[in-house]
This record gives sequence, structure tokens and C-alpha cells, in this order.
Amino acid sequence: MRQLRVPRRWFQPFGLLCVLAVVLIVGCGGPYPQSTLDPRGDFAQMVDAVFTKTVYLATIVFILVEGALLWAVFKFRGKPDDAEPHQIHGSTVVEIVWTIIPAVVLAIVAVPTVQTIFSTARVPTTSPDGQPPLKVEVVGHQWFWEFRYPELGITTANELHVPINRTVDLRMKSNDVIHSFWVPQFAGKRDVFPNRETRLWFTAKVTGAFPGACAEFCGTEHGRMDFYLMVDSPDSFKAFVARRLDDSTMNWNGMPMGATPATAATMLAASTTAQDSLVARGRSLFTARACTSCHSISSMHVLSAIGPNLSGIGTRKMIGAGWLPNTDENLRNWIEHTQQVKPDVLMKLPIPVSDDDVTALIAYLRTMR
Amino acid sequence: MATTVLEPAHATTARRSVLVEWLTTVDHKRVGILYGASAFLFFLMGGLEAEIIRLQLMKPDNHLVTPEFYNQLFTMHGTTMIFLAVMPISAMFFNFFVPLLIGARDVAFPRLNAMSLWVFILGGLFINFSFLLNAAPNGGWFGYAPLSSRQYSPGINMDFWMLGLQILGIASLAAGVNFFTTILNMRAKGMTLMRMPMFVWSVLVTQVLVLLAFPVITVALILLMADRIFGTSFFQLKAAGDPMLWQHLFWVFGHPEVYILILPAFGIVSEILPVFSRKPLFGYSAMVFSMAFIAFLGFGVWSHHMFATGMGPLADSFFSLATMLIAIPTGVKIFNWIGTIWGGSLQFKTPLYFALGFIAMFIMGGLSGVMHAVAPADLQQTDSYFVVAHFHYVLFGGSIFALTAGAYYWWPKMFGRMLDEGLGKLHFWLMLIGFNVTFFPMHFSGLLGMPRRIYTYPAGLGLGGLNLLSTIGALILAAGFLVFIYNIIRTWRSEEQAPADPWGGATLEWSIPSPPQEWNFAVEPEVHEKDALWAMKRAAGVRTLPEPPRVSGQGIHLPSPSWWPLSTAIGLLVFMIGILVRGPVSHAFPFGLISAAGFAIAAFSIFKWSYEPPDHHTSHIAH
Amino acid sequence: MTAAALPHDSAPAHEEHHSSLPVNNRKLAIWTFIGSECMFFASLITTFVIYRDSHATGPGPKDVLGVPLVTSGTAVLLFSSFFVVMALNGAQQGNRKKLLTWLSLTVLCGIFFAGMQVYEFTHFVRDGMGYTTNLFASSFFTLTGFHGTHVAIGTLWLGTLLKDAYKGKIPPEKALNLEIAALYWHFVDVVWIIIFPVVYLMSLGHA
Repeated sequence: MRQLRVPRRWFQPFGLLCVLAVVLIVGCGGPYPQSTLDPRGDFAQMVDAVFTKTVYLATIVFILVEGALLWAVFKFRGKPDDAEPHQIHGSTVVEIVWTIIPAVVLAIVAVPTVQTIFSTARVPTTSPDGQPPLKVEVVGHQWFWEFRYPELGITTANELHVPINRTVDLRMKSNDVIHSFWVPQFAGKRDVFPNRETRLWFTAKVTGAFPGACAEFCGTEHGRMDFYLMVDSPDSFKAFVARRLDDSTMNWNGMPMGATPATAATMLAASTTAQDSLVARGRSLFTARACTSCHSISSMHVLSAIGPNLSGIGTRKMIGAGWLPNTDENLRNWIEHTQQVKPDVLMKLPIPVSDDDVTALIAYLRTMR
Repeated sequence: MATTVLEPAHATTARRSVLVEWLTTVDHKRVGILYGASAFLFFLMGGLEAEIIRLQLMKPDNHLVTPEFYNQLFTMHGTTMIFLAVMPISAMFFNFFVPLLIGARDVAFPRLNAMSLWVFILGGLFINFSFLLNAAPNGGWFGYAPLSSRQYSPGINMDFWMLGLQILGIASLAAGVNFFTTILNMRAKGMTLMRMPMFVWSVLVTQVLVLLAFPVITVALILLMADRIFGTSFFQLKAAGDPMLWQHLFWVFGHPEVYILILPAFGIVSEILPVFSRKPLFGYSAMVFSMAFIAFLGFGVWSHHMFATGMGPLADSFFSLATMLIAIPTGVKIFNWIGTIWGGSLQFKTPLYFALGFIAMFIMGGLSGVMHAVAPADLQQTDSYFVVAHFHYVLFGGSIFALTAGAYYWWPKMFGRMLDEGLGKLHFWLMLIGFNVTFFPMHFSGLLGMPRRIYTYPAGLGLGGLNLLSTIGALILAAGFLVFIYNIIRTWRSEEQAPADPWGGATLEWSIPSPPQEWNFAVEPEVHEKDALWAMKRAAGVRTLPEPPRVSGQGIHLPSPSWWPLSTAIGLLVFMIGILVRGPVSHAFPFGLISAAGFAIAAFSIFKWSYEPPDHHTSHIAH
Repeated sequence: MTAAALPHDSAPAHEEHHSSLPVNNRKLAIWTFIGSECMFFASLITTFVIYRDSHATGPGPKDVLGVPLVTSGTAVLLFSSFFVVMALNGAQQGNRKKLLTWLSLTVLCGIFFAGMQVYEFTHFVRDGMGYTTNLFASSFFTLTGFHGTHVAIGTLWLGTLLKDAYKGKIPPEKALNLEIAALYWHFVDVVWIIIFPVVYLMSLGHA
């Protein structure tokens, strides 16, 4: 009697489970901007292709083997007083057969695996758009990402802009511990080491903003070491580069090149509108409150950057390494209560800033486009 | 006559307190029970950590715990479940059942065995003590350099981890020598290697892995200790130390460790399936060779944990293909298990439920393992929740299901009581459902972009639903284990004695009373073929042998109880504490003295131990 | 039940239990342990080889390593392996004088080697090569230090046995006690035969 209940019991909970799962996932889930299953770049597409093949094969194997198991469980259920079943000890033929079958299945997986290993390992020499790949240096920091474009002479952080259809050649290094660069819709992970350069590449096939993350445990705030990949049309990428080159003519504290400390006071005095004076006050606070000892506001490359580069911070999508929307409110919260918002980040100096000061700083930062 | 002479002598020993008896025990069965009891408590601790992790991840942007505490939780969850739960619960079965299965009266070195036990318990308490100082290890169970260096982990947290693992490694190595010797040398007359029960084979192969893999992590931890305590730079960048060396050393140990966790499970299931199918294990020799082959290959695939480090296409291809190769012997084992139940007469008792659950879940873990072996695909899956799903399917769906099966199967032999069947089946269904609700969605949360070891995730990633599902599953799992605990308590209170052979067993442990007497076998058995007890029953023409009598055991030599294993373990612990406190407060106080004292205690104990006579005669009184 | 009913039970449960393999438990155990130790030293030697050339600051192999002294130590250690075999032979024959003579020599060799290493280490430190000076130094000291610890433990072990032998506690039937220590001693010796060329000879021939 108990045995007869087994089949129903095997399925009932699973049926219930499936319904529940569907309800929950449909109810609370999606869209999935960080999905590996929706590749938007060539590297990720190659990976997806070999993964999909593997999943198909695995599904077939799964159905056959679990099916055989379940069938045996139902078919051979016995009663305590049944006669002793036929005592079989094994069969060499059967053993050979079921050694060869998985070997063949694995060979079918192995061939595209090795092919894809080699095709993803090589950085293409030309992009689909005919240009040479765009070199980007990625630097991992606890806990943010710095991106440098050595050919363009600009630096930014937590937002990687790339043009569509141009292969990106990433050369990556860490400033401290091991991190891992992962932007799932475009490429697999690549660890980022402090003592050697690792390489990764991809070509974006669609424009838009796509989240990425650090995928190697790197300390307290590993969970919030995200970034955004901004795939631009060729024109908007040109505009982005132009804006960055423009602000790289600023000094790294936001003053015009060659400015003296007196320049800030001059600019403040010269401001005519209220908004202008607010911005000017923010600009002088940015230096006076020691923001510049860690942050550079210019996209000019600064070797000693401790905190993220803030070039174009006014129009960035996110703050705090890719996870807080860049609203005035979040920005204020960040400046005033950094250690509550993101415990353990290096920005932990007790900075006595008044609400008004922060308002001025925000106004100033918003001018950074 | 002899009886009366011996009685007073025994009476004095009987007056020793129960506590002293357990602290000085060298009886492999008591050592086994102590292993099991302490490991189960550590398992509950690790489970509690997992539940807090799941509650934190229940919804996006949650703030139940701080990021720092979260990191401590997942580091300790991994460390606990591997080193303080699955390994020692397996060790419980090694201890209690290897001698019984091979027809021996004890292990080869009973006092060494007791030392392994105490070193393990003290090591486990040492690591967990860190929670009380709010300084639990927080650098991951894999302790990657340079994050684990003093520079990036200045606290005492990772000192607890590295010294604790060092202590536990000593316990494992000592047990490895002991069981390797026991199995090779203490088998009953006629029990050739190819007549050994499959569980014994699995223990033998596991011990080979322990003996060859643990020295490597020992060296890695020594180098880390030198870095953290004495200021060398093995994994530090400032003097061109290479963090990759840590990764290689760690995974040369770490991958065999995976098989150290799963092979005993294979063995347990290979014992249970034949008994409840009433049919011998299908393809015995194929099972032995596939296990040996898995162990051998297990040493050649470590770098598949490091595909994302960019080792280059040749290395990637090699480790990719080597890893796939492991799927072949593993597949052979699964097919043989199905072959075993095929044509059998399945008796649906709780152990069989769990054993079948093991096969069903392990198949899934194996298949996702092959997906990881595809190196390019692994670049997407590694360090995401997909790999979390994968290894829980092999370590929970695999090891824990099989260990639970073993617990229900061998409980009557260990304690002389039957666990309740109804509660057992309820436990099974809660565990099967809870397990799948927890971990199956993780395949998807991983593929949909959720990295591992993150303490929270933004709502915008769309992962809230899957994570909520996993959390619900984790609570169902917890309910399952509460049922198990209730079952244990209920069984404890019941008076009903389990028979010697409740399941129609095939192996020697079922030929002696439940629980076994101190000397196991009144008459040392002789074995003529595999499944020795079935052969005896067949020879006698019965399905169940008559209940064996409990005998006096007079004149049997047994190892004497000893304090020295415990005091050696204490010495080792004190030695490590000395190193621990030296790290953060060096030179403030001659903390080297603590280590010196620990060393002296251990050395003195070992010296006394080696001159202590090893055995005594039992009296007539049965315990 | 009486003792007569239990004919197999005159032997202790663990010591002289019949062996399934033609080797004593303790001997099998020491072999097993030695197998495990091989992995331990293999890992340490690998680490040394990786870091042999990492000496940007402080002295490198060519600046400090001196071959003559260590060669004599190596020779002494090699001879001690022969001596312990002679001592074991004496123990098995019940030849007390032979046992004591050769075992004393073995212990002296152990002390000489350990002393040589202490001398070498202090010499290096005086030359400006401390444990943390550079990675070559750290991995050198770790590798040879752990080997030295093994030598010290072996010497201590053999010394205890020498005391036993002096008191006449190693009759031929207990020669196994010495044989096990001797197996360990041979292993320590063999490891040095690998360490010596890797550390002293190849590092010097190497750029």
C-alpha cells in the first residue's frame, strides 16, 4: 500500500513546486539586464552557442537517465515477502556499452568546447567596422572600476563607454586584490590581478546601457562593485570622447589649466546668477574639502587616483560603483553618510559638510557632463 | 572462577565517571559516535549560517546583516560544511563501520584514532570561537591571496581560519594513515580486497586522496601563516610574490577534496541499494575501478577552478577535457546503481528513499558539472549562482543525502534503536522538496547574472523572485532537519530494541548484536565471498539468522583507555593559540611562550603515549 | 561463555592481529605517512623553485649558498642511513654492542647535520639574509627549515631508542621499533638527496 503511494508522491510536490515557481518568477522576476542567456556581443554569443549545445545534450541525458531511474523505482517495487529476486552480479558487455556511450556524448561536447576556447582566446585584429580594436585599460579597485583609453588619453570610472560594432580590447589589472570583470551580455568573466595583465575582448552588437559586476570576492563591499557598459552609436561615442577631451583641459581639481588658488575666488566673485555662484562655491569646496586628494574631476589620467575618477559625474547613470541611481538625493546621502550607505569604502574621513555645502557641491558636480 | 577474580577489578573501572570514560575512550565505536555528535552540531551551526544568508538574500537591497557579517557567514558556512560537517560525519561512519565491515575488533591505531577525534573537535571549536570575538573568518573558504594577507585582512579573522584548517588537517592526516592501514591490514580472514564491501573501498580510496591532498594545503597554509605572522611575502606583491601560487596549491588540494567529500557517499549508497533491492551490487569491479579512476583523475583537473584567470587556450583545453573525462567513470557508477535496483525487489524503507534521492540529485549535479567543464561556458558560470547550484547538487544532493541515508540505515546498529519510518519519510520529502526549491532556481539566478558572495543585489536585476523561492526552499529544508531531530529525540526515549539485522543486511556488521559489544566480534569471522552475511544466510538456508547472543567477551584483549590522545590535542590547540595571538599583538608580550607550552604539552603527551601499554583484558561483564 | 569458547581471542585486538598483508601495521603506517610526506616536500620544493630567482633585494643563491660545508653535511646524512641499517642489523641479531655502536653513530650524524644547519642559518642571517629578506630567502628557509625539523625529530626519536637500547629494552623481537624509526630516517635522508641538488647545485648553476 505504501509503495503504491510513491508514484503520486513523486509528482504532486513537483507539480505544486512548478506552479509556485512560475507564479513567483513571473510575479517578481525580470527583465534580466545582467543575463548570460541574452548575449549582445560576439564573445558572449560564441559562449552561448556552445553552452546551448551542452544544455540540449544534458537535457537528453537527464531525461533518459532520470527516466530510467524512476522507471526502475516504479517497476521493481517489491513486498517484504516476495521471493528473492534473480541475483545478477553484473555484465561486462553492459559495462563496456555504458562506458562508451558517455564517452561519445562527451566527445560531442568536447569538439565545440575546444573550438570555442581557441576562438575566444584570440583578440581579433580588426573590428567588424573595419577599424582596429579599441584599447581600454581596466583597473580594478576595492571597490570600483577605473577605465582608461590610452589611445584617446582619457580616463573615467564605473561607466565604460564603447562604440557599437567596434571590438574592444581590454587589458586589465588590479590596484589591490583580485577582482573579476564581468559584463554577462557581452563576455565571460576574466579575473583581474594585481601583478599581471589579463586580456578580454568583445564587440557590442546593440546600443544601450548594460550592467556588469565584479565576480571575484574582493572584500567587504564585493557585492557593490558594479559598473555599467554604455554601448554608444559611433556619433554619440565621438561626442562622449569630445566631452572627455574637453574636460581633460581642466586641471584635475576642476580649475582651468594653469589656475592658481586665487582663481577660484575670482570665479566665485565673477559669478552673476545665483546658480552660477552656487556652482562656483561648490567648485571651491571641492578643493577646500579635500575631495581632490582622492578624486580627479578631470578625465586627464591621474596616476595617484585613490577614489573613482569623477569626469562627467553629473550625467552618469549611477553612483557608488554602479548601484545607486544618480539622483541629487542619493548623491547628498552618499556625501553626508558614506559609511552608512556603503560601509568600509575608503571615503571615511569625517568630512564636516553642512547641508548647504552639499547643495553647492551637487550643483557643481552636476555641471560635469 | 575466573569470573569472580576479575569482577572487583572491573568494578573499579566501572566507577570511573561516564565523562572520563568518554574522554579517554579509544573504542572506535565511541570515537565514531563522538565524531557524529560533534559534527552534527557543527552541521546545525553551518545550517543556521545558511539560513541567515538566505534571509538576507530574500529580497533585493536587503539590510538584515551588514556586509562584513555576511562575508563571515558565507566563509564560515563553506568552511564548516566541508571541514566540520561532511568530512567528520563521513568520519563517523568510517570509525564506527569500517572495523565492523571488515570483521575487525578495532582500528589499527585506536589511540591515534582518539587523537584525530579530539584534534577535530578542538579545531572546530577553535574556528567557531571566533564568532564570540566578532572576528569570524571573512575571506572566503578558499582564502584567496592577496585578500587573505595581513594588508587586506588586518583582523584576526583569517588567522582563525588558517590555523583552524591547519589543526583540522592534522586530524584528517592522522585518520588517513589509520584507516589506510586498518583497511589494508585488519581484514577478516578470507576478505580479499575484491571481497570488501564497497563502502570500505570508498574509504580506502578517500584516505589515499586525504594523504596526498592534505599535505599540499598544509604547505599553502604554512606559507600563508609565514606571510601573516612572520612577515614573509609568498603571496604578497611587494616582493614579487605570486597570488597564483596560492590558487594552484589550494586547488591541487581543493579538487581532490571534492572527491574526499563525495566518495564516502558513493560507498554508503552502494551498501544501501543492494540490501533494499535484495540483489547484489551490479558490476562490483567496475564500481571499484571507476572509483579509483575518479580519484586518479581528481588530481589532474584542479585548474578547472581557474578558467577565468586566463591560463591560455592550451591549458584551458587540457583541463576542460580532463574534467570531462571524469564524467565517464562517474556515469558508469550511476548506471551501475540503476543496474543494481533493476530487477530487484525494492523495499521502500527510509534509507532507500534517501539513496534514490541521492542518485536523482547527483545526476543533476553531474550534468551541471559537465557544463562547467566546457571552459568557455564556465567563464559565464563560474563565481555565479550557477556554480553554487552545481556544488550544492553534488555536496548536498550528493553527500548529505547519502550521509542521511547512512544515518537511517546504520542508526539501529549504532544505538540499538530504530528511527521512526514515518518521520523518516516526512524528513525525506521535506528535504527533497526543500533542497530543490532552494537550489534549482539558483541555476537560473546564476545564468541571469547573479554573482556569488554578494551580500545584496539591486532590484533592477530582476532576481528577487528566484531568490525568494530559494529562501522559501531553505526554510523547508530547515523544517526537514527539525523533523530529523524530533525523530532522534523520540527514538532516544523509546525502549524498543532494534534487532541485530533489521534490514536483511549483506555485510558483517549485521551479524552481531545492536549495538555491538565493545569487542565487536566474539569470534572473529571468516569470509569466503562478497556480501559475507548473505553468503552465511544462504549457506544456512534462512533469510534471517537467529538473533546473536550478547556474550561475556572474557579474555578478549582490548585497547586501554588513554588520556594522552586528548592531551596531545590540547597541546596542539595551545600551540596554535600562541600563534594566533602573536599575529595582531606581536612583541607586546612573549606570546611565543604559549606556543612553546603547547608544544611541550603535545611532546610530553606523545612521549608518555609511546611508553603506555596499549591493551588490557576485558572482564566477563558485558557492557 | 568461557575463554575456551573463544579460541581466536588470545591475541590483542590491534597489535598482533593477523595482518591481511605480509607487513606489520606500524610498518605499513609509516610507509603511508612517508607517502603523504612526499606531497608535503614536493609542494615546498615547488615553491622554492618558483621563487628561487626572486631576490631583487638582498642576497641571492650565489651570494650566500656555500657548497663545501653542506656537501659534508649531505655525506654525513648519507652515511647515517647506512649506520642505522647496521644498528638495525645489530638489534635483529640481538648484538647489543653492534646496536649501541651504530645507533650512537647515527644519532651523532643527526646532531651534526642539525648543528650544521643551525650554523648555516646563523651565518646567513649575519650575512644579511633573514627570513623575510626576499622570496628566495623565505622559501629557502621554509624548505630547509622543515627538513631540518624532520632531522631534529628523527634524531630525537633515534636518541630515545638509543636510551632504550642502552637499558636493554630493544631485544630482537622489538627490533621493529627501530626499523620504523629507520624507515623514517631513510626518508628524511632521501628528501635531502633531492633538496641538496635543487637548492644548492641547480640554484648556483642557474642564472
